[in-house]
Amino acid sequence: MVEFALHNAWLVPLLPALAFVIIIFLTKPWPALSGLVSVGGMLTSCFFASLAAYGVFTNHKYAEEPLVYATRWFSAGDLKIDVGIQLDPTSAMMIFMVTLVSSLIFIYATGYMKGDPGYSVFFSYLALFGSSMLLLVLSSNLLQMFVAWELVGLCSYLLIGFYTHKISAREAAKKAFVTCRVADFGLLLGILSLQIVFGTLNLTELAEKINNFDQYTTMGMMTLMAVLVFIGPIGKSGQFPLHVWLPDAMEGPTPVSALIHAATMVVAGVYLVGRMMFLFHEVPSAMELVAITGAFTALFAASIAITQREIKRILAYSTVSQLGYMMLALGVGSLTASMFHLWTHAFFKALMFLGAGSVLHALHDKADVWKMGGLIKKMPITGYTFMIGCLAIAGIPPFAGFWSKDEILLAAFDNGNYVLFTMAAITAFMTAFYMWRLFFLAFMGEEKAENHPHESPWNMTLPLVVLAFFATVGGLVGTPWAPVWGEWIFFGHPHHVEPNYLIMVGSVVLGMAGIYLAYTLYLADKEKARAHALAKQYRFLHNLSFNKFYIDEIYLWFNHSIVDGAARLFYLFDIYVVDGILINGIAAFTRLSGEGLRVAQTGRLQNYALVFFLGVLALAVVLAFTDPATAFGLMTGGAK
Amino acid sequence: MLTLTVSLYHYLILSAVLFGIGLFGVLSKKNAISVLICIELMLNAININLVAFNKYMTPGDFVGQLFAIFVITVAAAEVGVGLAIIIAIYRNKLSVNLDDFDWLKW
Repeated sequence: MVEFALHNAWLVPLLPALAFVIIIFLTKPWPALSGLVSVGGMLTSCFFASLAAYGVFTNHKYAEEPLVYATRWFSAGDLKIDVGIQLDPTSAMMIFMVTLVSSLIFIYATGYMKGDPGYSVFFSYLALFGSSMLLLVLSSNLLQMFVAWELVGLCSYLLIGFYTHKISAREAAKKAFVTCRVADFGLLLGILSLQIVFGTLNLTELAEKINNFDQYTTMGMMTLMAVLVFIGPIGKSGQFPLHVWLPDAMEGPTPVSALIHAATMVVAGVYLVGRMMFLFHEVPSAMELVAITGAFTALFAASIAITQREIKRILAYSTVSQLGYMMLALGVGSLTASMFHLWTHAFFKALMFLGAGSVLHALHDKADVWKMGGLIKKMPITGYTFMIGCLAIAGIPPFAGFWSKDEILLAAFDNGNYVLFTMAAITAFMTAFYMWRLFFLAFMGEEKAENHPHESPWNMTLPLVVLAFFATVGGLVGTPWAPVWGEWIFFGHPHHVEPNYLIMVGSVVLGMAGIYLAYTLYLADKEKARAHALAKQYRFLHNLSFNKFYIDEIYLWFNHSIVDGAARLFYLFDIYVVDGILINGIAAFTRLSGEGLRVAQTGRLQNYALVFFLGVLALAVVLAFTDPATAFGLMTGGAK
Repeated sequence: MLTLTVSLYHYLILSAVLFGIGLFGVLSKKNAISVLICIELMLNAININLVAFNKYMTPGDFVGQLFAIFVITVAAAEVGVGLAIIIAIYRNKLSVNLDDFDWLKW
């Protein structure tokens, strides 16, 4: 059975895709059945994924040599494109995580979306979304990966804009799609140049060829390719400056937000960089770019999250921030730490998003955390599981986030780049602060009389409990004393770290300090007077953060002034030069010359004959003047 | 006693004069029959050239005369076709005036 799953891993993305087809073509009129098909497809897929993951993680040879099976997709001359499956510990971990989290989110969605008119369609999109992500994860070929990458983008567009009656949802969907497309263009160029330079897109072959890239290309070209490839993940994983779509993506139904932020979509970028580590590893400057982008994004997004009021927006910025962490880990060369954080983050972020969905469900879409309060009393399961999520993201042992965050901090520290390390540490503090600010404001404190919250149905709380379990113990696979994780998921050679107690204690202290600060400002202080006073005192900074550093406004300004201005210029150019001179001008010239020349067409044979004669005469005269000897010879037939 | 030898140039001048008369007729005559006759004149000017060149340039060969015979044959056929066309036009237009034959114009 395990062998079967290992060698037929293509079933994992296929089953949800099948669910998509079945729902669209067969079961669309029956919502309950559609939900069942979708959940069933994902659960079956999860079953196969678990078996495959079990197979990989019990046989250490797969950690050294990935299991690849592929078939020829198409070929044209030297261009040979395969499509296949690459199973190694990284992708096995990913398919297990994605199918598990997706299954839980699907189950949750059966409760959350109850009564929605688009229930069937929603589940078909969800299934396709999961399927695309699984295809991306398992791809053995960069082009195949790119196809899945775009499919993920398409599904996110469909799902973010699922509430088509909401203008904001439609706008958010467009924003997500366009922003990602901009970035995907860079990735596509990167893939093309890789194909041109190395003549293959198969990951394993590419890894071998890039290992001694001197034979193929120069360092400059390698840098260019690495940067181009990295542009894709900047968009997909919401890194600065293309992070703008991610917070808006919460306009979709909450299960979609959870799916985008935790299991699918955004981690695709991190995963791609992880997969292409062999490329980045050769280019130190590209690695630095990845690390700096990651660290800056982490700090930047955290500083925005501090002042946001909407519950999902806070979570969205925390996702951006955590993705920055993962990029930072990749940039300092630790695939292990990055994938570890991806793994733990998926659980606690899915947990918190689903918890937020549960809250919104209970409060009828009232999203402002300042208008919540004391929810934990009426919604104990949501409240306590959310608390576990907050503990995990704040980095409190033994919850999952602690171990992975510690690993990243350690990797940054060992890399010797103390600026990046400091940025990561400050981010850790801020993360704990804003997450617990959210928790204290929404779940603790006094209940608001106007709210009538109630606990959600079982199919919404069950996923919360399961995710809370994983958010608690998920990190134990990678503790510094038993580094199972580094044994399996690594780049180059197995990753072993000495436990660094200084950093470990330091990160706990930072997390606790963040929580304590949130406690004093937002819970102990009933009137929140100090919080308001601080906001007033540092009005400039507060506004800057609350308005997300005006990045959206800058983009809007750029669009309105530069892009629209250029468009206006080109419009005039089009009207007057292209249309006026090139198109109508040529047409007018043709018409006028025709008008003139048609006078010559008298239809009288004698006129034509006269023209012939004059023509011959002219030729003869010209010849007589330029070359008299030849002319005479022609006239007399060469006679002396 | 004035001796007059007939050289190639005499023939050429005769043929050129004939050709010129023919050409003038083709370009100026309004009657289609006259134009056909003038074309015959031009063709025969050419024939004189051909035969004269044969006599003075390549006396041994028979090429010039051969060409002349071809030209006569083609001219006969051309006159046949030309007269037939003129008759057909005459039946339609009741005219052989070339100025009336301008249907090919725009």
